[in-house]
Amino acid sequence: MAVTEVRLSIHTPGLNPKDISEKIKEKFPDQVIDVAEFRDQVSVIVKKDQIVPICKYLHDDPLMSLDHLQDLTAVDYLKKKDVRFEVVYNLYSIRYRHKIRIRAQVPENDPKISSVVPIWAGANWHERECYDMFGIVFSGHPDLRRILMPEDWEGFPLRKDYPLIGPEFEKDWPGFVEVVNKAKELKEFEWEG
Amino acid sequence: MSGKDKMEQLEKIFESRELNVNMGPQHPATHGVLRLVLDMDGETIVKVTPYVGYLHRGIEKLGESLSYYQALPLTDRMDYVSAMSNNIGYCVAVEKLFDIEAPERAKFIRTIVGEMSRIANHLLWLATHALDIGAMTVFLYCFREREWILDLYEMICGARLTVTYPRVGGVRNDVPQEFLDSLWKFTDEFPSRILEYETLIDQNRIWLQRTIGIGVISAEEAVSCGMTGPTLRGSGVTYDIRKHMPYDAYDKVEFDVPIGTAGDTYDRYRCRMLEMRQSNNIIRQCIEKLPVGPVMADAPKFTLQPKDKMMPITHPTEALAYIIDEKVCKGCGMCLRACPAKAIFGEKKKPHTIKQEFCLGCGNCFVTCKFKALKLIPGGKAMSEEQLKELAAGPMPEEITKAAEYMVRHFEFVKKGPKVPEGEIYVATEVPKGELGFYFVSDGSGKPFRMRVRAPSFIHAGCLPRLCVGHLVADVIANIGTIDIVLGECDR
Repeated sequence: MAVTEVRLSIHTPGLNPKDISEKIKEKFPDQVIDVAEFRDQVSVIVKKDQIVPICKYLHDDPLMSLDHLQDLTAVDYLKKKDVRFEVVYNLYSIRYRHKIRIRAQVPENDPKISSVVPIWAGANWHERECYDMFGIVFSGHPDLRRILMPEDWEGFPLRKDYPLIGPEFEKDWPGFVEVVNKAKELKEFEWEG
Repeated sequence: MSGKDKMEQLEKIFESRELNVNMGPQHPATHGVLRLVLDMDGETIVKVTPYVGYLHRGIEKLGESLSYYQALPLTDRMDYVSAMSNNIGYCVAVEKLFDIEAPERAKFIRTIVGEMSRIANHLLWLATHALDIGAMTVFLYCFREREWILDLYEMICGARLTVTYPRVGGVRNDVPQEFLDSLWKFTDEFPSRILEYETLIDQNRIWLQRTIGIGVISAEEAVSCGMTGPTLRGSGVTYDIRKHMPYDAYDKVEFDVPIGTAGDTYDRYRCRMLEMRQSNNIIRQCIEKLPVGPVMADAPKFTLQPKDKMMPITHPTEALAYIIDEKVCKGCGMCLRACPAKAIFGEKKKPHTIKQEFCLGCGNCFVTCKFKALKLIPGGKAMSEEQLKELAAGPMPEEITKAAEYMVRHFEFVKKGPKVPEGEIYVATEVPKGELGFYFVSDGSGKPFRMRVRAPSFIHAGCLPRLCVGHLVADVIANIGTIDIVLGECDR
């Protein structure tokens, strides 16, 4: 039998997320806009131009080795922030057990960012979903098509200016009164007990 | 005709070209509505293109329109095979965002039900996986034990599939003693049941031929693809969130993480079989260590308080009648719009009336009325209209006013949600299928500004082309089974 069982109690100590953000600042001083911290989770806000070199550095550096892309998504800050979109990368190192979040700002008038598929193959479907839901174009992506919505769908559903319900559902259902009347009519046939 | 021409003609007749085959979306072996377009050279797969999204319900968009409490039942509908784990994942993430902590007992109970759902999920996985490959008996054996677990679920929350049992800040209700006894009996018996399945397939020659060396993926590739859970551990990577970032009571119990070496379908199968034994162990430890105490966090600003605290009323809520005081009603029409059953009638600037036969007793009108024209009458459903009018004219009893106040508070709390500090958070939990992550961006209101679900099935379905290429068509079925996907979670 090829399967073994292991106890995962000992592991190589990782870096403090703040140290990681400092290192990114050192390496790319003109790219980092801000560092935010909330509930012990640190996110580094960067410009979108150098996203691939930053990700490559975080992935390849032997001290970082952030090899697991936990999640890639976008957030639409319509009327909340000056730059409308942010593409969010949640990175984790399986070996050192530290993590960091990278947020790249993407403006509305030019919703384009380089693809990170060459670094993490798993980013493929994440980026397709991001394009599908927000309309952010990932340049260099091998197969950028809609994924969850039909291919001829118009609009990008997770944008904040996209309505929650379609126009045909805003009015009340016209059959409501009929159903109530019918229920009254048939009340005498109701089962008892 | 010369020999050369003849050869050319023959080649034209027997010309071989790639064959395109459409598989699904309504195919019993695709575990839901997954559609695959297979490009084949003879019977060998050259290229696989998965198409997903047939079950897309927009859970992320819906979550952004609901408060943190209202969105909880949506998580059941993602991975409906292990709904309990999804609920726990959501609750753990929201708790981290609110900065509250569930009491010890609730944590242990959540660990128990989480591991139960892991066993239930793996049983369903084994059943369908074996059925796909051709072992019918295993299917029946597995469903026998899964049924037992679902009955145990029913004992604690009344539901079998979409449970919504864990809550933000704890669990809905305490577990009864008979549930613990019955579960203990289950854990006594379950290891022998696993042996039963293993005698059927573990050394079965057909099973070995269909699984060993099929869908091989190396450790580096699996990590790069974003695989998680047993699918990743089959390749020999020790990544388990229960150990890496412990939540609930996982740091208080002892368990091993099974890993494979070859990264093929057989190793992933072995991993899951061993994982079931570990889950069984965890449940036993939790029952032994189960502390006594409350099951809901004491944080009135963030958690739903028990019903008797919220509504100290002796009458059953079904028998409550709402009635509009004609002297106070200004006819603004707010309640008219708020009523979901359209039970309120009346013209503008004239007092409205409620038709009792349509009224659902939801209390929407009561909350929306700014002039306090609505009155609650306990046991009013059984009274006649005249009696009700008489009672409405008089003053309300004090008990009712107090209860009504509590109810309004509860109502607003659920609808508007608590006040959450601004920030963003990503919290992952280990569900049976892999890593389920919730990413919340809060803007200070009671609703999440952005709710993102990182679904393991979605990533695993994306890895399918890598696993299938180079194998035969029949192995596509084995590969769909081995990555353990549920399309409800994949499409969200």
